[in-house]
Amino acid sequence: MAIVYIPTQLRPLTGGIECVVVPGTNLRQVIAALDAAHPGLGARLCGDDGISPGLAVSIDGAFTNRGLLAKVGPDSEIHFLPAIGGG
Amino acid sequence: MPIDTRETIVDEGRLPRGRGAAAPAYKVIGTRPIRHDGADKVTGRAVYGNDLQLAGMLHGKVVRSPHAHARIKRIDTSAAEKLPGVHAVVTAADLPDLRDKMADLGEGRVNLAHLGANVLAHQKVLYRGHAVAAVAAVSPHVAEEAARLIQIEYEPLPAVTWVLDAMKPDAPLLHADVYTEDMTGHRTSDQPSNTSKHLLFEEGNIEQGFASADVVVEREFKTASVHQGYIEPHVSTALWNVDGQLTIWTSTQGAFTARQQTAELLQVPISRVKVVPCEIGGGFGGKIPVYLEPVAALLSRKSGRPVKMVMTRAEVFEGTGPTPGSFVRVKLGAQKDGRIVAAQAWLAYDAGAFPGGMIGPGCMCVFACYSVPNYRVEGFDVVLNKPKTAAYRAPGATQAAFAAEQVVDELAEKLGMDPIDLRLKNAACEGTKRVGWPAYPKIGFIETLQTAKNQPHYKTPISGKNRGRGIAAGFWFNIGLKSSASASVNPDGTVTLVEGSTDIGGTRTSVAMQLAETLGIAAEDVKPQVADTDSVGYTDVTGGSRVTFATGMAAYQCGLDIRRQMRERAATLWECEAQEVNFEDGTFRHNGESITFKQLAGRLNETGGPVQGRAAVDPEGPTNGFGVSIVDVEVDPDTGKTTVLRYTVLQDAGKAIHPSYVEGQMQGGTVQGIGWALNEEYFFDDRGRMRNASYLDYRMPTALDLPMIDTVIVEVPNPAHPYGVRGVGETPIVAPPAAVANAIYHATGVRMFELPMSPPKVWAALVKKNV
Repeated sequence: MAIVYIPTQLRPLTGGIECVVVPGTNLRQVIAALDAAHPGLGARLCGDDGISPGLAVSIDGAFTNRGLLAKVGPDSEIHFLPAIGGG
Repeated sequence: MPIDTRETIVDEGRLPRGRGAAAPAYKVIGTRPIRHDGADKVTGRAVYGNDLQLAGMLHGKVVRSPHAHARIKRIDTSAAEKLPGVHAVVTAADLPDLRDKMADLGEGRVNLAHLGANVLAHQKVLYRGHAVAAVAAVSPHVAEEAARLIQIEYEPLPAVTWVLDAMKPDAPLLHADVYTEDMTGHRTSDQPSNTSKHLLFEEGNIEQGFASADVVVEREFKTASVHQGYIEPHVSTALWNVDGQLTIWTSTQGAFTARQQTAELLQVPISRVKVVPCEIGGGFGGKIPVYLEPVAALLSRKSGRPVKMVMTRAEVFEGTGPTPGSFVRVKLGAQKDGRIVAAQAWLAYDAGAFPGGMIGPGCMCVFACYSVPNYRVEGFDVVLNKPKTAAYRAPGATQAAFAAEQVVDELAEKLGMDPIDLRLKNAACEGTKRVGWPAYPKIGFIETLQTAKNQPHYKTPISGKNRGRGIAAGFWFNIGLKSSASASVNPDGTVTLVEGSTDIGGTRTSVAMQLAETLGIAAEDVKPQVADTDSVGYTDVTGGSRVTFATGMAAYQCGLDIRRQMRERAATLWECEAQEVNFEDGTFRHNGESITFKQLAGRLNETGGPVQGRAAVDPEGPTNGFGVSIVDVEVDPDTGKTTVLRYTVLQDAGKAIHPSYVEGQMQGGTVQGIGWALNEEYFFDDRGRMRNASYLDYRMPTALDLPMIDTVIVEVPNPAHPYGVRGVGETPIVAPPAAVANAIYHATGVRMFELPMSPPKVWAALVKKNV
């Protein structure tokens, strides 16, 4: 089961819970499970064609560029954070 | 006897994954070969964008807004079009309708309508210098004359150029379609707003944290907009051929992102656009967005001729992205033993005229150096009437560090602690969770602080009137992203390497060295070439301190591919299986027989023909760079002028592939940080007009202003890279403004809360203190 760290601005949807443990072998499944447990989370994390614009996803400490198809391990830690670039 | 100002500290106990207990014995990595493009650069033969000349080429000129904020009521181009020698005139009406379109440009998705409206203003101009129209003519002078003949009727509107003013409810509104959104893009305001983004990060219990603190310091800071200050202005040439193929020669940090932005803005298939990256005279993040490329393309399509466009220096200042101006409030609480128990920050960064600034990195960097159990960080991205901001070396981190590192310094003073000891007490390390982020992997901040504390510079007491020493730390993520490379073995044993990363700071050589190390050949035997978008696989921008890390990883994998093929060729010669052939130090061996890479390269035809390696990588960063600055200054109490007496910069590079280039990045970033600290700023008048858009009036530091910047490279290898590379380009700019501010405080007793700390401001602060 993956551990998803809920961003501060989404915690109203989880009743203030900071971490949620959900099943899933890829990000799409994890977000679907999140949304089932806490309705509304899925719509906030995803747009029509993938992860919401401006959001980045870290799985086990590394950015993933694979969007909803990113693989998730059984003990993975997942964070959603603002996207960054660089100069 | 000259003093060697360079030093490298190696953490031999922490080696790249799978490399055993001993430090790797590199033959190429860590040496200082002459850069492959050196002769061309020093003889002036390197081809920059403005060197390009094409048959029948026209010259373009942009017409820019004289107003900081105005409605465009009418554009009349008829007089310009009638001028002899004019071949084309374009306005925003020539751009496709880009409403509601988003595009993923590799570093995140952007609103194409905003990108297009920044290239050519649509309905409103949002800053002085905003491009409104453009002409193409037979010479630059005819183009300038034609530009003057374009009549634009404006309805001036009130302008706002300071971030806190732009956040007020009664501030002039820039966009009717911009609302406040949270981190996920969820709209949180009912009415259109200049505040386009609101971020919030919380962990622990901030109230309890401050309640448990023995010392609490809270301060407010402001920073002015500064420009990247690259020497080469923007220059682009476009040829829209009759077959529909568009070729663009340009000065860019990323040929592929320039291609994608241009294709998206013009709504043409990406396969119809080829971008040829010219040599680049600096970028620092400012040459990632497109400005001239789509305009030159439109003019070329209309005229049927190639069109070159070159910005003046004033256009660079007024029409391209500076850094955000910022307001930052930081509050820290610590216990008597120095443990920081609570941290709070409130950051407002301007984004310029369109949403999408640097507030995210600012929030995530403000306390990135420290382990803080309770924090609350709130950030705001705000549009106002200044050019759209662009990245500048560790975008958003320097403003945050200017605030946080001064508060840390003040905490150390109140606690009676050495400022490095206080930082060591709270330093982030492997496993530390940071603002909004997962825990760090192996990082080298503690090693960098310890090395700083042992520096002769730090151990030498500073003496003299009005002199002081400052310390500050800095962090930048360093990103991964995508890189491609291919390499061909030549019959003489050299290898031609083709990569897609614009060479900034010697990356041709730092990437080539990693291929050479992998193949066991000399760096000089690799011939690196930076290719256009039709000639190499997709490669993200030269930015984010990523090229030596990610493109270097691609070169390494190319080398492995070539090694595998060459081993098969050796096996063919020796009539054995490939797995029976060993490779070490550039030599293949089997049963007492051996052949060098170079010798085997001469026998490719008889063993199967050409050998080519290729690789495409998408490494997942960040690689986490930490740096520390030690600076001594002297402040003239009569003028307020600050003189930098001595500067030592330390940084964990992971592994320095070419130490000279790492030192160059550390020195260059530090010098830019000193300029940001002491002099550089955009001066706006009350109508939102920049009043110092030239290098005569925009004061950047020169060699005459500065001492030699001493460098100390710390090497704590990055386990996520085969040679331990972390990336180095951005971190060095983060700490200097805070370090200089701390030094000024210790020299004068006056703490500076605003950048730049220019002589008039320091003098005024000294007068105020002495009243």
